[in-house]
Amino acid sequence: MKTLNILRSAFRALRRNKMRSFLTMLGIIIGVAAVIAMLAIGQGAEYSVKQQIASLGTNVLIVFPGSQQQGGIRVGAGSMTTLTEADAAAIEKECPAVAYVSPGARSGGQAVAGNLNWGTSIEGTGANYLEIRKWTIEYGEFYSEQDVKGAAKVCVLGQTVADNLFPESSPVGQTIRLRNMPAKVIGVLSKKGQNAMGQDQDDIILAPYTTVLRRLSHFPYLRQITVSATSPTSIAEAERQIRELLRMRHKIESYEQDDFTIRNQSDLAETATATTEILTILLASIAGVSLLVGGIGIMNIMLVSVTERTREIGIRMSVGARGRDILSQFLIEALVLSLLGGILGIALGVGGSLAIAKLAKWPTIVTAFSIILSFGFSIAIGLFFGFYPARKAALLNPIDALRYE
Amino acid sequence: MSALADRGEPQRNGPLIQISHLVKNYQLGEVEVHALRGISLDVQHGEFVAIMGASGSGKSTFMNILGCLDIPTKGTYILEDIDVSKLTRDELAHIRNSKIGFVFQGFNLLSRTSALENVELPLLYCAMTNTERYNRAVSALDKVGLADRVHHFPNQLSGGQQQRVAIARALVNNPSIVLADEPTGNLDSRTSVEVMGIFQELNRQGITIIIVTHEPDIAQFTRRHIVFRDGKVRSDKLNPVPRVASEVLKEMPVIDEEAEE
Ligand SMILES: Nc1ncnc2c1ncn2[C@@H]1O[C@H](COP(=O)(O)OP(=O)(O)OP(=O)(O)O)[C@@H](O)[C@H]1O
Ligand SMILES: [Mg+2]
Repeated sequence: MKTLNILRSAFRALRRNKMRSFLTMLGIIIGVAAVIAMLAIGQGAEYSVKQQIASLGTNVLIVFPGSQQQGGIRVGAGSMTTLTEADAAAIEKECPAVAYVSPGARSGGQAVAGNLNWGTSIEGTGANYLEIRKWTIEYGEFYSEQDVKGAAKVCVLGQTVADNLFPESSPVGQTIRLRNMPAKVIGVLSKKGQNAMGQDQDDIILAPYTTVLRRLSHFPYLRQITVSATSPTSIAEAERQIRELLRMRHKIESYEQDDFTIRNQSDLAETATATTEILTILLASIAGVSLLVGGIGIMNIMLVSVTERTREIGIRMSVGARGRDILSQFLIEALVLSLLGGILGIALGVGGSLAIAKLAKWPTIVTAFSIILSFGFSIAIGLFFGFYPARKAALLNPIDALRYE
Repeated sequence: MSALADRGEPQRNGPLIQISHLVKNYQLGEVEVHALRGISLDVQHGEFVAIMGASGSGKSTFMNILGCLDIPTKGTYILEDIDVSKLTRDELAHIRNSKIGFVFQGFNLLSRTSALENVELPLLYCAMTNTERYNRAVSALDKVGLADRVHHFPNQLSGGQQQRVAIARALVNNPSIVLADEPTGNLDSRTSVEVMGIFQELNRQGITIIIVTHEPDIAQFTRRHIVFRDGKVRSDKLNPVPRVASEVLKEMPVIDEEAEE
């Protein structure tokens, strides 16, 4: 029997029970729509996380003092005293894959402005820190190379600090006290929001690293060196050059471990995207369960249909239908049900994802992959759940089928 | 046109059907029902046979086996030199499709399917273009006098018309043999004679026909009477002067059977 004829008679059989066919398809429609919408939500989340990480600067490397081998935690004062300003200067001068270098220092402490005070972290950086982190100034200006050389008593506030210390007036030009040092506010950073770990990146005060080292923490070693590679593709090369240079400068023998650690942003990006990928898979599997339930609905209806149409099967066999003709007839009916359901489900899922994006302001991304996946899945469901009833019909004896009441 | 002429089958020598020691038992729980207890008979090409006998004597069981719808418990059934008992399910389906036309007592038409599509049904299971299938189905309906009812559904047809659709379906594949189990069982006497007229005409064209009937009147239209009793052949006689349906019809009062429509 030709496929076209089977298709025609399948459509006719399904039209005969319009309501029932529609309700059966509804299971598949909802299942497919749910899979597409959940994948769209998950992939939207993945995308926005990646976006945020990219905004940190993708070609950034951070050199920490201390070795990674100590359980990932740098412990002991001894291991904190390996990075020097001279190391930072050498990296800038001798590593061709490195674009910018910003030595880093840190000091915790209260910032006081008039009668308001705010506990935050004071980060000491180089003058090119904003280029490395792809950050910008909202008001005022950033400190210059000159300020860094002279350990000037200047600072730049993050948005959160500015809001808390200067709720009414503009902070630029005002003087605040960092610990006991008066410092002039010369700029306010643009808002950066939370990072992938949920920390507020705007709760920060930036100052020349020399100022932090000499006037606040009184600690001669660097806490970190932030480096940007010349391009995202040269990160590995930059990392190799820095490692070679620092091992040489620190006179580390070939059998000894590094006394510093180099981390790059793609490590961070990987963890964060892995998390959102798990979220996506979780959402999609929950939706997949409903697709499975839809498939069971198809099997149920096809079994009912085989029982109802046992006489029809008998008649068809009596005029020469072979088992496989009957099999393909019922299988194609199941397939048509699941395919129509799949197509309607895709329409509903894509529409639903757009609606979610509009109404809930949640980024949703419908990919060709998710459409192909759910379409393929609904075909598989039709085949899988249609096969048993179809086979049951095909194995009937002609005379038994004809005698069936 | 002769239905047999264009099949071009060479062998005409042996019998069409050879049955020997055919036994059919049904297992009903503990009890074994002996529906056929050793039937042996031959049917030649071009015969017109009536099988008679009391209810429960095994006529339908025998016909179902002849029609390859059921398989015997024991014995052999040779149809056109093919030993049917050795065939697979698919091969049996092919035999049903190409050699046998079966007319059921209860018509067994597909409901909500037009007369035309019912007749086309056997042709769906053999290679054929849509136009050829359509033409053959229409000409089969024409043979049974239903050319003007092609697009009617079974529930829009009278009993006699439904039976004629069933006969057209049995004919459409140019079978070697038409089997009809009580083809007139549900019909009034005039319609019964009309249906027998169709069978006589088909038989004249060379198709072998075997019918089951309870009514001796109906059996009179055939040329050989086989009587079953308790699963065995009790008698097997020729009927040298069968009645001719077309002549009987002329003497019968006209009942307007198509009025119900
Ligand atoms: N599927 C079956 N299972 C068990 N017994 C059966 C089955 N079909 C038929 N029989 C038995 O086999 C015997 C022959 O039945 P069959 O239908 O061949 O009779 P019949 O001659 O056609 O009768 P009728 O004239 O009433 O149609 C009966 O005793 C019947 O009860
Ligand atoms: Mg019977």
